[in-house]
Amino acid sequence: MNHLPLIIKREYLTKVRNKSFIIMTFLSPLIFIGLIMLITYLTQLNNNKERTVSIVDETGTISQVFTQETDEESNTKFTLLTGISLDDAKKQVQETEQYGLLYIQNSSTPEEIAKQIKFYSEDSPSQKFISHLEQVLSKKLTDETLIGNGVDIALVQDSQTNVNIAQETFSGERTSKLINYSKLGFGLAAGYLLFMFIIIYGNMIMRSVIEEKTNRIIEVIISSVKPVQLLMGKIIGTSLAGVTQFLMWVILGGVMLIIFSMVFGVDLSGMQTPQQELLAQGVDPNIQAQIAGVFQSLPLANLVIAFFVFFIGGYLLYSSLYAAIGAAVDNETDTQQFMMPIIMPLVLAVYVGGFTVLEDPHGVVATVFSYIPLTSPVVMLMRIPFGVPIWQQLLSVVILYISFSGTVWFASKIYRVGILMYGKKPSYKEIFKWLKY
Amino acid sequence: MSSILQANDVVKTYGTYTALNKVSIEVPKGSIFGLLGPNGAGKTSLIRIINQITAPDAGNVLLDGEPLQQFHIKDIGYMPEERGLYKSMKVGEQALYLAQLKGLSKAEAKKRLQYWFEKFEITDWWNKKIQELSKGMAQKIQFVVTVLHQPKLLIFDEPFSGFDPINANRIKDEIIQLRDEGATVIFSTHRMESVEEMCDHIALIHKSNKVLDGKLTDVKRQYKSNTYQVGIASQNNEQLRATLRDKFELNEANFKSIDDDLKVNIKLNNGETSNDLLSYLTSVGQVNHFVEVIPSVNDIFIQTVANNN
Repeated sequence: MNHLPLIIKREYLTKVRNKSFIIMTFLSPLIFIGLIMLITYLTQLNNNKERTVSIVDETGTISQVFTQETDEESNTKFTLLTGISLDDAKKQVQETEQYGLLYIQNSSTPEEIAKQIKFYSEDSPSQKFISHLEQVLSKKLTDETLIGNGVDIALVQDSQTNVNIAQETFSGERTSKLINYSKLGFGLAAGYLLFMFIIIYGNMIMRSVIEEKTNRIIEVIISSVKPVQLLMGKIIGTSLAGVTQFLMWVILGGVMLIIFSMVFGVDLSGMQTPQQELLAQGVDPNIQAQIAGVFQSLPLANLVIAFFVFFIGGYLLYSSLYAAIGAAVDNETDTQQFMMPIIMPLVLAVYVGGFTVLEDPHGVVATVFSYIPLTSPVVMLMRIPFGVPIWQQLLSVVILYISFSGTVWFASKIYRVGILMYGKKPSYKEIFKWLKY
Repeated sequence: MSSILQANDVVKTYGTYTALNKVSIEVPKGSIFGLLGPNGAGKTSLIRIINQITAPDAGNVLLDGEPLQQFHIKDIGYMPEERGLYKSMKVGEQALYLAQLKGLSKAEAKKRLQYWFEKFEITDWWNKKIQELSKGMAQKIQFVVTVLHQPKLLIFDEPFSGFDPINANRIKDEIIQLRDEGATVIFSTHRMESVEEMCDHIALIHKSNKVLDGKLTDVKRQYKSNTYQVGIASQNNEQLRATLRDKFELNEANFKSIDDDLKVNIKLNNGETSNDLLSYLTSVGQVNHFVEVIPSVNDIFIQTVANNN
C-alpha cells in the first residue's frame, strides 16, 4: 500500500492551515518591506538636512573652491567670514548653532597650509563630510602647488585619461566588471536562497517530527505505514508548504514594494546596496549594451537546470538530517548539540562561496568544496555563473545524490529507532548504536 | 480451534540487550489473549514485531498461517500504550486520515465513523480539535480509530488507562462484543482483575522469556495446590486444630462467617481427594464452609515472577 500521497497531503495541509504559518506568510513581506522603506526614508532624511559651515580663510584664496551656493554633494552651505578673529568666529558659529567652522591658516607654501587646516565643531563631525572637505582641499592645494611650479593646470586636466579594460576569454566570450559582478550576484543569490531555505524549512521538518513524538501518535501511525514512507512524506509535504510560502513572499513582496513606493513616494533608486555601489564604479557609458551582454554571457539554461537539481538535492540531503535529529530527541531544547554538525558545513559553504569563489571561481578550494556533498549545492550554484565544465557539474550531482540516498538510509535508521524512544536525551554514542539495530 | 497468530522462537536484541529470547506464543482464533509480564519484560517488543514496527532477529510470526507481510497491516488494529493524536487536527479529519492509512476508502471510513460516533454519542465532536477534548474523550476516539477497519486481530496495550470506571466498563463491553463478532483480541495490561474477567488465554513473559502460557482454566488447574478453605465448628476448636495439623498441612484462613468456626486452609496430601477430606471433616465436626482455593491471576503472576527471579 502506498500511502505517500496521503501523508504528503496531510503534512502539507496541516502546515499551510497552521495559524502562525498563515500569519508569517502575510506578515513577513510586510515587515520586510516596511523595514526597507524605513531605512530608505531615514537615510534620505539624514541626507536632506542642510548643514551650514563657516570658513575663516587667512590665505584668502583657498576658500574659493567653496562656492557660496549650497554644495550639492555634501549638502552644505559654506559662508566665508572676513575681518574677524578666530576666537570671535568660533563664538559666532557656536551661538548661531552652525555645523562647524573651517579654519585655514596662512603659510608660506601650500604644503605648510595643508598641515594647518582645522575644523571646529560642537560634536564630532560626520566622517563622510570630513573626507569630502579633505578631498576638495587636497585637490585645490595640489593645483596651487602645480601652478607654483609653473605647470599649466588646463593641460594637466586635459591629459587625464580613463582606462576601462575590455576583457575577453580565449573562446571569445566577453566579460567586464559589470558582467562579473552580475555573475557573482546570481551565484550569491542562489546560494543564500538555498541556505535560508534549508535553515527555515529544515527546522520545520524537525519540529514536525518532534511534535509527533510528544503527541505520542507516532506508534499509531507507524503501525500503518513504514517509517521511511512517513519520513519522505514529511520532507516532501513540508517542502511543498515551504515552496508555497516562498512564492507567496515573492509575489506579496513584489506587489507591496510597488504599492508602498507609490503611496509614500519613496524613491527606491536612491537606495544603494553595496553591490550596486560596486556596480556603479565599474560602469562605463554604454551601459545598455553591457546589460544585454550580461544576459548573453550568463549560461542561463545551465543555471536554471543546475539551480533546481542542486537546490532539491541539497535541500533533501539536509532535511533528512534534520528529521533524524527530530527523531532522536524529545523536545526542541535538546536539539542544540546535534545542530552544530549540520549548521557548520552550511555556514562554511556560504563563506567559501562568498570569499573563495569571488577570489577565484575555479581555484582548488572552490573546486573541492563544490564536490563535497554538504557544501556542493551552495558552492556549485555560486560557481556555475562563471562557467563550470559539464563533467564537473555532473560529477558533483552524482556525488550529491548518492550521499542523499546515504543520509536517507542513515536518517531512517535513526528515525525508526528514535521515534519510539522516550524520556532521555541520547548521546552520539547511543545514536551510533541505533544504526546497528 | 485454529490459531490466528503464531510466533515461533522470536528473538530480538538491542545491542547486547536481549529483549525477547526465543519467545513462542499461539493465539487461538476468537479468543481474548492476555499478554502479561512485569515492566520491561519484553511485551511491547513482541507487540511491535507483530505490528511490523520492528523485525525479529530470528524466528518468525505467522498471521493466519502466513508469514507477516506488509498487507497484513490492514488485518491488525493496534492501540499502543504510548498513544495520542495530532493535537491541532480536527477529530473527524484525523479519524478519516488514520482510517485511510489502514486502507479504507474515504467514503467507507466516513460511513463507519458515523456508526461509531453515534454509538458513543459523540457526533458533535467531529469538528473539534483534539486539544479541546479531555484525555478520556481523546481515548474514545483512539479506540474507534483502532477498531474502525474491522481487523481480524486487535491488540490493546493498557486499553483502560485514562478512562473513568464507567467508560472503562463501556470499552470492556465493546471489546467482548468485538470478540463475539469474530475478532481476536490480544490484551496487555497490569490490571489483573480485568484479565481474570475477560481473558480466555494468557501468556506470561518475564525477563525476555516466556515462562507460562495456556488456557486460563488450564493454567489455574496447573497452579492450584489441592488446598481447601474450610470452616468447621466443634466442641473444642483448638483441639481440632491440633488433630488436623497432625494429618494435613495447615494454614490460617481468613473469611467472613456468621458462625464461630475454626477457619483453616487445608492442603491435601498426594493421592487424597476432596471427598476424602470432606468425609473426614464431617466425622469430626460441623462443616459450615468448604471451598477449593483457586489461585487468582494475580497470585499466579506474582508466584511465577518470584520463582523465576
